Amino acid sequence: MAAEIGYYSLILALVLAIYQSIFPFIGASRNDERLMATAVPVAQAQFGFLMVAFFALMYAYIVSDFSVENVFKNSHTDKPMIYKITGVWANHEGSMVLWVLILTLFGAAVATFGQNLPALLKARVLGVQGTISASFLAFIVATSNPFIRLSPTPLNGQGMNPLLQDPGLAIHPPLLYLGYVGFSLVFSFAIAALIEGRVDAAWARWVRPWTLLAWMFLTMGISMGSWWAYYELGWGGWWFWDPVENASFMPWLAGTALLHSAIVVEKRDTMKVWTILLAIIAFSLSLLGTFLVRSGVLTSVHAFATDPERGLFILGILAFFVGGGFALFAWRAPAFKSGGMFAPISREGCLMLNNLILTVGCATVFIGTLYPLVLETITGSKISVGPQFFNATFTPLMVPLLLLVPLGPFLAWKRGDLAAVAQRLSAAALFTAVILVFVFAWVEKGPIMAPFGVAIAAWLVAGAVSEFAFRIGLFRVALMDSLRRAVKLPRSVWGTSLAHGGLGIVVLGIVAISAWQVEKVEVIDVGGTMQVSGIDVEFVSIEPRTGPNYKDDVGLFRISVDGKLVTEIESAKRLYQVPVMATTEAGIYSFWTGDIYVTLGDKSKTKNAWTLRIFFNPLAQFIWFGAAIMFAGGAISLTDRRYRVGAPRKKGSKKRAKAPAKEVPA
Amino acid sequence: MSRFRLAIIALFLAFSFGLPVNTATAVLPDEVLDDPVLEGRAREISTLLRCLVCQNQNIDESAASLARDLRLIVRERLVDGDTDDQVLNFIVDRYGEFVLLKPRLTPGTILLWFGPAVLIIIGSIGIFFMMRRRVAEAKASGPVVLSKAEEKELEKLLRQ
Repeated sequence: MAAEIGYYSLILALVLAIYQSIFPFIGASRNDERLMATAVPVAQAQFGFLMVAFFALMYAYIVSDFSVENVFKNSHTDKPMIYKITGVWANHEGSMVLWVLILTLFGAAVATFGQNLPALLKARVLGVQGTISASFLAFIVATSNPFIRLSPTPLNGQGMNPLLQDPGLAIHPPLLYLGYVGFSLVFSFAIAALIEGRVDAAWARWVRPWTLLAWMFLTMGISMGSWWAYYELGWGGWWFWDPVENASFMPWLAGTALLHSAIVVEKRDTMKVWTILLAIIAFSLSLLGTFLVRSGVLTSVHAFATDPERGLFILGILAFFVGGGFALFAWRAPAFKSGGMFAPISREGCLMLNNLILTVGCATVFIGTLYPLVLETITGSKISVGPQFFNATFTPLMVPLLLLVPLGPFLAWKRGDLAAVAQRLSAAALFTAVILVFVFAWVEKGPIMAPFGVAIAAWLVAGAVSEFAFRIGLFRVALMDSLRRAVKLPRSVWGTSLAHGGLGIVVLGIVAISAWQVEKVEVIDVGGTMQVSGIDVEFVSIEPRTGPNYKDDVGLFRISVDGKLVTEIESAKRLYQVPVMATTEAGIYSFWTGDIYVTLGDKSKTKNAWTLRIFFNPLAQFIWFGAAIMFAGGAISLTDRRYRVGAPRKKGSKKRAKAPAKEVPA
Repeated sequence: MSRFRLAIIALFLAFSFGLPVNTATAVLPDEVLDDPVLEGRAREISTLLRCLVCQNQNIDESAASLARDLRLIVRERLVDGDTDDQVLNFIVDRYGEFVLLKPRLTPGTILLWFGPAVLIIIGSIGIFFMMRRRVAEAKASGPVVLSKAEEKELEKLLRQ
């Protein structure tokens, strides 16, 4: 019964979405307030129906209703409850339902919380949002219905890919989708602005928090995915430049650029056309990501769903929104007038450079990800583009950007004074130089560029601290006054400092693990000891253990430094029963200086010894810790006063909002 | 040719029966060469070669038997005195360009390798001309000087 309710809800939601993609536009063009206002309850109801559908599917998973094909194919009675629940979105159909659920959540959010939005803008935003959700709901109903029944009902399910049976699955996809789909709202705002023919500071002020929200979730989603890969895949890597990783990284880069250019629109009323373009690009890349993952067009670790029919459908949706978006942009954007003037050396100039580098970085990832596909289609020759390509192109591109980051917040709008900035950053520069010399003197091996990488990280952190110290007048006024200022400081300043400092910490982790990772592989007798980076790892014992749907060989390891016991960790080889698959459960212990990472290999054929692969991953946790700080920076920024009180209206804007938007001739 | 057929069979097996492909026993102790310099080169080369039966793993990370075979071939060639390039060529001759994770610069990959550089140059030139046009427009409409009030506000903003 639940499956039928779920299916029915999906269809009702589709009908509502179709309504929402037509009537708010008609209302806006006729300036019919009552018609426009209907978009609000429709958007809310749509979200309600998606909730019903989503929980109906979840219910089928929880009770292991194998008469539902989707549950049969992806679940099993022996699976622990948490993976029955997360299993809902561990497959194509279910993850599309989650995708649309989040899409309608954002639609309902803007309908509910956007009371101070001008009626026309709101109607059009909801209209675009409705169009997106109508196309994806049609996609689900036509090609990916998760509620199809089976007859006769099988006795048990086929189970779920063991790699996905991990708490990471509970968090990573929902966060990633919140980020991906969050950009849909920014896209809707951009399209609405193009139709309306107007972009102003107020528009940017509405768009910024949604961009920030999407960016935060995407940051966290990517970081969680990387962390998951780190401990689950068992070879100590944290980022593989896998096409599917790139698919989430591209919207992140575009979104980061958008986050910064929207500041310029809000504060200085310039870079409007560019910001609109970025908003379209960010969501286009989100759609592209969905297409790449869902169609399985690029074979990779994540491509667990492959079906050309679905691929073509999503490609059609992609073409419609990307093509439509760009066409509308080409038609309407030339009419936008740019506002404020600025000198090359100014905050605007700095943010422009930021945008140039981020966009080209995004394009580099785009080229590297899609090149093999395009080349094969055109010439038939197959090539691979691996990490070495991205390290050689993307990484050097990011260096000037990272060097620039601390300068930006210090530069004045319109016309900056480099000498003054240099003076204010002198302490940070000195700190960076000291770190550079210190690292050079201290490390013996590793790439020659690595100390410079550490210096860049130091520069980012010191720059963020300097900016904050400058804002609160540290050492220039009495300490209590500084503290008082810190409390009164706009939350967005806190956010900027935290996000930029967090970025520095991420960079530090990346440089350290890339340059100084230590790996050792040996066959060790039970009772034997291996030493890695001055840390003794004693192989105490190994014993079999039976889990709910797997069998483990659990190795116990005693970690000690200088003869003193630090901790004991377990590392296991796991064999899942349905489907049959072996995985490694790495044993990880984090020191302040890095992680000791133990994986268990095969048993020796001749004696009671096992192959052990042990890594020391210096500062590895900094990568995810730094990303969490960036997320926190975004969250604090989001509570900034001007978002809470809502955007101020210009005099007469109410009148203008009611008048048909014919201000800019198309 | 037989090795290639083996790869196809391994691929088929791995996908149809879900054979273990992820046991994190990549380079095994018995593969490691005694000469640390040669072993270092072997590891370096291994990270450049794609494991053909896995999804996006290099042969150094992969636990597949084909990857092990390739690792052994790499080491064999190195012991025989091949240069790094000769080893790579040897593998590419047998498995095709697809096996290289860092594609070679050929007419087909020019856009790949130079695309990013071209984009950053085009972007920079675009910004340069846009700025110049704006400055020219501003000059045409009179010099932009901050008023006293604006300067004051700027100071205030900077202090925040």
